[in-house]
Formats: sequence, C-alpha cells, structure tokens
Amino acid sequence: MSALEQLFAAEQFSLPTEARRSLLLAEVNELTCWHEERCPAYANILRASGVRLPLERLEDLPYIPVRLFKNRRLQSIPDEAVFKVLASSGTTSQTPSRIVLDRATAQAQTHALAAIMNTVLQRRRMPMLICDAANVLKDRTAYSARGAGILGMSTFGRDHFYALDDRMELRSDELDQWLAARRGEAIFIFGFTFMVWQYVIQRLLEAQRRIEPHGGLLIHGGGWKTLQEQAIDAATYRHVACETLGVAGVFNYYGMVEQTGSIYMECTHGYLHPSNFSEVIVRDYRTWQPCPQGIEGVLQTISVLPRSYPGHSLLTEDLAVVHGVDDCPCGRKGARFTVSGRIPHAELRGCSDTHARSAVGVGW
Amino acid sequence: MSESSLRDAFQTALQIPAEQITDGLQYNSIRQWDSVGHMALVAEIESRFAVVLSTDEILGLSSFAEAKRILGSHGIECNGESS
Repeated sequence: MSALEQLFAAEQFSLPTEARRSLLLAEVNELTCWHEERCPAYANILRASGVRLPLERLEDLPYIPVRLFKNRRLQSIPDEAVFKVLASSGTTSQTPSRIVLDRATAQAQTHALAAIMNTVLQRRRMPMLICDAANVLKDRTAYSARGAGILGMSTFGRDHFYALDDRMELRSDELDQWLAARRGEAIFIFGFTFMVWQYVIQRLLEAQRRIEPHGGLLIHGGGWKTLQEQAIDAATYRHVACETLGVAGVFNYYGMVEQTGSIYMECTHGYLHPSNFSEVIVRDYRTWQPCPQGIEGVLQTISVLPRSYPGHSLLTEDLAVVHGVDDCPCGRKGARFTVSGRIPHAELRGCSDTHARSAVGVGW
Repeated sequence: MSESSLRDAFQTALQIPAEQITDGLQYNSIRQWDSVGHMALVAEIESRFAVVLSTDEILGLSSFAEAKRILGSHGIECNGESS
C-alpha cells in the first residue's frame, strides 16, 4: 500500500503523531516533486526556498501563503483535465481564490471528508437541517465556497431542509412542519458558524422558541471573527446552541477551500485535531520557526490531498496554539490545537464572515 | 422492480430525456448530473424505492449501471429490460 492508501485505510485519529508523520512525509515528498514538475510557478517557489528533496522533516516543507491563490491561478494539471474550479468566499470588493480540481483530487477530497465526518456521525444519515438558503446553490456553474461546503456536507444527511429563505429569514412555519414530520428522529444540523447563530439561534430566541431535544448534532464551521467581535466564545456558543437547537452535541470544524476535504474536527473536549490526511505546524511570525507548545503563532496546514494544484502546504492567515500532542482526554491522537483568531490586517474571509460583512452593510 | 422505474427516477431527478439514460451514463458527464443533481437523484431513488443509501453508496453511485448494482445489493433487481 502507498502512504496515501495507508492514511485512508487507518482509522481516523488513531495514528500516533510519529507514525502519522512518517506516512505524511513520504506522501508530501512525492507530492512536492509532482508539483515541481508540473507547475512552473511552484517550481520557482521551491527553488527560492532552497530546500533539497527529499525532505527529512515535515517542518522543512516550504509553505505558500494562502493569499497566493487569489493573485494567480496555480495548477499542476493541463487545462483539459480541469473538472471544477472552486471559488473561495469573496465579495465584489475582494478577490476570491480559485482552486483548480481534477476528478482524482475532487474524489480524494470527498472520500477524506466522509472518513472524517463518519467519526462524529457514525455512518448515520440523519434528516438534515441546513442553516442557509436554498438559493446559495442556484448558480450551478459557479459555486461559492459556501455552496460547495453545503453540497459536500449534504451527502451525510437526508431529507434536506433549508431553514432560511432568500432574504435570510427563518422559514418558521415550514420548519415546524418539517420537524413535526420527523419527531423522535435525531437531526443533523449544519451551517456556517455566524449564520447558525445570527439567522437561526437568534431568531428562535427572539420568538422564545426552541427545538425539542432530539439527540442529534450541530456541525458548524467557516470562521469566528464576527462572533468574536460580539464577544461570543465557543463555550457560550455551544451552550446556547444545545439549548435552542435541541442537539446533544456541537462540533466546530476548521477548514478552508484551499484544502477542501481534510478538515479539522473539534472533539468533545473542544480541541481541533488533524485527521490522517493533514498536519498543523504553528510558526513564530518573526522567525518562522515552529512555536513551542502553548505559544500562539501563525498556522501552517499540510494536506496530502491537493494534487491538481500546489496547495499541499499553506500558510494560513489564522493564529493558532498547539496545546499538546497525542494527549487529548478525548482519546484522539495527534496535535490538540485551537484557532485563536486572524492575524492582524488579514482580509475578512471565511464563509460565514463574508456574509456577515454584507449583512451588516459595512463597506470595504 | 424493473429497470424502467430506475430510469424514471433518473429522468425525474436530473430532468433529462429518456434516451440519455444508458448504462454508460456517468456522474458529471452531463451538466444536469452535477453535485446538485446528484443529491436530487439520491433523494428520488430513496423515496421511490424506500431505501436509505449509505454515505459510501452515495459516493459510489457514479453511473446508471452502478445505480442498478447498488439497488441490487438492497434486494431490488433492475434487470427488466436492457438499455
């Protein structure tokens, strides 16, 4: 079995960091050569970095700023192999990233996401309540990252119901009917962090309503920035979500369109963990050396999935802290980390935050 | 259950003419069978045949022929007429 096949075959979050890293290293060495041969811009970056292949440590893998995908289209496949181009969240005043996918990469992303989601959904396909408007999927030729995120997640639910109308108003009556028809069933609620809070939870609270406890889950992601400005922390969010949405568990995930599929899923103890397909390195923003545990730095994410574009090692615009390795009380192996915010002056982005800006009418 | 019922499901969910539905019809080979169309197709198959597909089956449902095979594994034979 190849390193990648082993990463797919092993149970998620079961591999101790050392074993996982040695598989990742083998895979990224191969992947780095692949991109070097096929993407001239990436070959230039690699040359400028001065590293020699094969790498001996994951920390030596060059990273490219995630912003580079906004400035130029980077791809490692011929144009005729392009299967889909994903655009990141971006309003008219911001330039979206363009991520070029071929069939193989898109398929690897889908299967990786399924493997990770199954660790919390346990292979159940529950009735799915989507905290968004159906019109996010209206333009089938150009999905936003929001639309792509919803579609990707839809596979894991059934009897989908979109909770919002085109004006982002809660469809209260239809929601009641949909819930009534599924009384006694656990429900999978999905949405972007800010949108779940603002357009569903807040509306329910205003109407002094709550969804009866049903034993299901809320999974949300897409950025905390707007809620941080409102001083809503993760613990408050989780508590209020359980109370109003009737869920038994709340899981935040961290992911980005530039590394779709290999998302980081929060555990029951509130920490994010890398799946078998990825690794995180937190770097000091002055020296760019890896930070010791407990120290905040800029988050670098490594994923073995991107093959159609050179996005296997990215420097994000997020700050993070690694709190420990292979030591989480939840039992999951790997780094135990939290994302603490955006680096100063980073553009507002993230699926839910972009909507926030247009929702509150702030110009850029 | 005959193949024509599955053919109807494809026709309804993807809104394509019957003659386009052959064993060789593949996911993403036509504009209508994209990921949005795929979710509509899964919903249509599940309600029409009263089955619940697993995530793996949904991801593996990559052609009309494969749809027949998956339904077969649920005890629903679709070998009525050939395509």
